[in-house]
Amino acid sequence: MDNSGTLFPKLPLAEWIESFVDFLTDSLSVVFDSISAVLEFINENIVMLLEFVPPLLLIIIVALIAWWVVNWKLGLFALIGLGLINNLGYWPETIETSVLVIVSVAVSMIIGIPIGIWMSQKGAVQAVVTPILDFMQTMPAFVYLIPAVVFFSLGTVPGVVATIIFSMPPTVRLTNLGIRQVDEELIEASNAFGSSTGQRLGKVQIPLAMPTIMAGINQTIMLSLSMVVIASMVGAPGLGTVVYRAVTQVAIGPGFEGGLSLVILAMLFDRITQGANKN
Amino acid sequence: MSEIKVDRLTKIFGKRPKQAVKYLEENKSKDEILDLTGMTVGVNQASFEVDDGEVFVIMGLSGSGKSTLVRMLNRLIQPTSGDVWLGDENIAKMNKDQLRKVRREKMSMVFQNFALLPHKSILKNAEYGLEIQGIDKDEREKSAREALELVGLGGYMDKYPSELSGGMQQRVGLARALANDPDILLMDEAFSALDPLIRKDMQDELMDLQQRVHKTIIFITHDLDEALRIGDRIALMKDGSIVQIGTAEEILMDPANDYVERFVEDVDLAKVLTASHVMKRAETVTADRGPNVALRLMKENGVSTIYVVDKKHRLLGYVTADQAAAAAKKGQGLEDILTNDIPKVHPDTLLNDIFEPMAEDKAPLSVVDDTGKLVGIVVRGAIIGALAGNDEVLNGNGGEETNG
Repeated sequence: MDNSGTLFPKLPLAEWIESFVDFLTDSLSVVFDSISAVLEFINENIVMLLEFVPPLLLIIIVALIAWWVVNWKLGLFALIGLGLINNLGYWPETIETSVLVIVSVAVSMIIGIPIGIWMSQKGAVQAVVTPILDFMQTMPAFVYLIPAVVFFSLGTVPGVVATIIFSMPPTVRLTNLGIRQVDEELIEASNAFGSSTGQRLGKVQIPLAMPTIMAGINQTIMLSLSMVVIASMVGAPGLGTVVYRAVTQVAIGPGFEGGLSLVILAMLFDRITQGANKN
Repeated sequence: MSEIKVDRLTKIFGKRPKQAVKYLEENKSKDEILDLTGMTVGVNQASFEVDDGEVFVIMGLSGSGKSTLVRMLNRLIQPTSGDVWLGDENIAKMNKDQLRKVRREKMSMVFQNFALLPHKSILKNAEYGLEIQGIDKDEREKSAREALELVGLGGYMDKYPSELSGGMQQRVGLARALANDPDILLMDEAFSALDPLIRKDMQDELMDLQQRVHKTIIFITHDLDEALRIGDRIALMKDGSIVQIGTAEEILMDPANDYVERFVEDVDLAKVLTASHVMKRAETVTADRGPNVALRLMKENGVSTIYVVDKKHRLLGYVTADQAAAAAKKGQGLEDILTNDIPKVHPDTLLNDIFEPMAEDKAPLSVVDDTGKLVGIVVRGAIIGALAGNDEVLNGNGGEETNG
C-alpha cells in the first residue's frame, strides 16, 4: 500500500535518526574516540597477554579452575574440549572471542549492576529503564552494528559495543529483581534498627540478592557469546569470523569446527560461572 | 512516668488521605469512608499512653490495624496524622536523622517471622543493630554475646539461622533487639509463628526476662490468652480503632461493649483469675495463745480449722478442733500439735495452677505472700463458683462464709 500523498504522510523517522546520529558523531567524536581507544587498549593487551602463555599451560590452568570451582568432571571436560580446539587450530580465535566476551561482560557489569540497584530503589527509574531494556533486547542485534560502526568504525570495538548493548539487560533486570525480592520483613528489620539506605543495601539487600544477580551475569555471558558471530560482521576477530566465513563460502566442515569450538567455550563459561554462584 | 504517649494517631491508605481524616473526625465509620472515598482506614485516631517498664499489649484480629499501629510508632509506616510523643520529642514529626537515632538507640523491634539475616551467623545477627551504629567490633561483639546469653543461646553463636528451631530463632530476634539496650521493645506478633507449647515457654521467658531488663514493651498479638498472660494493660482494637484499654481483669470483668464481651466470653477463666480473686479471710490465732483460745475462736466463728501464725502474721500451720481439744487436755501448746506441712500458694497463682496443690490436702489452700504472711485461704467452692462465671465469689463482690 502506498501511503505517500495520503492524509498521514510517512514520518521521516529514518531521516531523523540519521541526522541525530550525524549530530552525535560530529559533536561527541572525542568521547567516542576515547571510549574506542580505552576498549581497544584493554582488549589488545589481554589478548596479547593470553597469547603469550603457551596454549597447553593455559588449558591446564583453565581446567584446574574448572575443577576447583565446580568438580573434576568439568576440569576433565575443559582439558579435552580446549585441547580439541587447540588441535583444530582455532586457539588464537578462541582467545580473541574469550577476551571479547570477558571485556563485554565486565563493562556490562560495571554499568548494569549500578543501574539495577538504582532501579530497585526508585519506581520512577524502573518505569523509565524497563522499556529501554525491552528495546535493547528485542531490537534485532544486527541493527546495533550500524551505529556501532558509525561511531567506532570497524574492528573489535564496535563488536564489543554491540555485544554490550545486546547482552547487558539481564544483568540490569536481575539485579533489580533480586533486590526487590528480598523479604519485606528483612527490609523492615533493617530499617527498624536505623540502617541508612547504603547500609540496608550493602548489608542486607545486595548480599541476599547475590544469587539472582549472578544468574543475570550468567545470562549476560551467554548472550554475549551468542553475539560473537554477529560481531564478526563488523570485523571483530575470533571464532565468529571462522563461522561467518564458512557461512559465506557454504563450507560445512570449517563451519562445524568453528561452531563446535563456540559451544565448548560457552559450556565452560556457563558451568564455571554457575558453579561460582553456588559457592 | 509515661514513656510513650500516642495521640490520635491515624493511618489512611489511599490517594487523598486528608479528606478521609476529615470524615473520621466527623465520626464516620471505616465502611462509610470506604464507600465515600475508596480509601481504607488503617488506624483510626488511636490514643494511649504506655508507662515506663510496662508491658502494653495491643490485641486485635487480623485487619484490625494493630500491626499498622505499631509500625507507626517507629515510622516504618508514615502516620497520616497524629503524634507519637517519646518524652518531649514527637516521632511523627522527626526528620530522617532524628528518626534514625531513635530507631538505633531508643526502640528495637522483634518481628513475627523473626526477620533474621540468613547469610549471617547468630552472633552477627545479634550484632546487627550495633554494627550499623558503627560501634567497634570488640564492643559490639561483647554486647551481642551478653544479649545472647541472656536469652539462653550462649552456645549457638556460630550457627546460622536456618540451623535453629523457630523458638530459638525468635530468641535471636529478641537478643538482637536487646543488644542495642533500647528503652522500648516493639514486638509484632513475636510468638505467633511458634507452636503453642513453645509459644507458652517464650511468654514465660519474656516475663522472666522483663523482671531483669525492665524495658517498656509494646506487644502486638491476635491471641487473647497471650494478651491476658503477659499484658500489664491491654488495648483491644477493632476496625482500626481502640475499643477498650485496661488490665486483663478490667477487660474480662467489665467489657466496654458487645464486641469486647463476645471476644472475651470464650476465655478460660482458670488462666486469668488468680488465688487473690477467690481467696477469703482466714481465721487465725497466734502461736503463743493456748489451745483453749484456739477452740474458742473456732467456736465463735463456726469453723473446724484455725490457722496458726506468728506475731508477724507469718503462717506456721493449722490446727483442727479435735487436735486443739486433745492438746488442751494434755496441756500442750499450739506449736506442739499444729500441722505444718500444708500446701501454700502465692496470691498471683492462676486458678489453673491451683488444682494440683488443692488435691493434695483436704484442708483449704493457704495463700501466702512473698514475706510468708498468710493473706487468705481458698476453698473448693469458691474456685468452682468463679469458674462457673459467678461474680459473687470474686473478691470485691462479697464471698461465701463457710470455712473448710
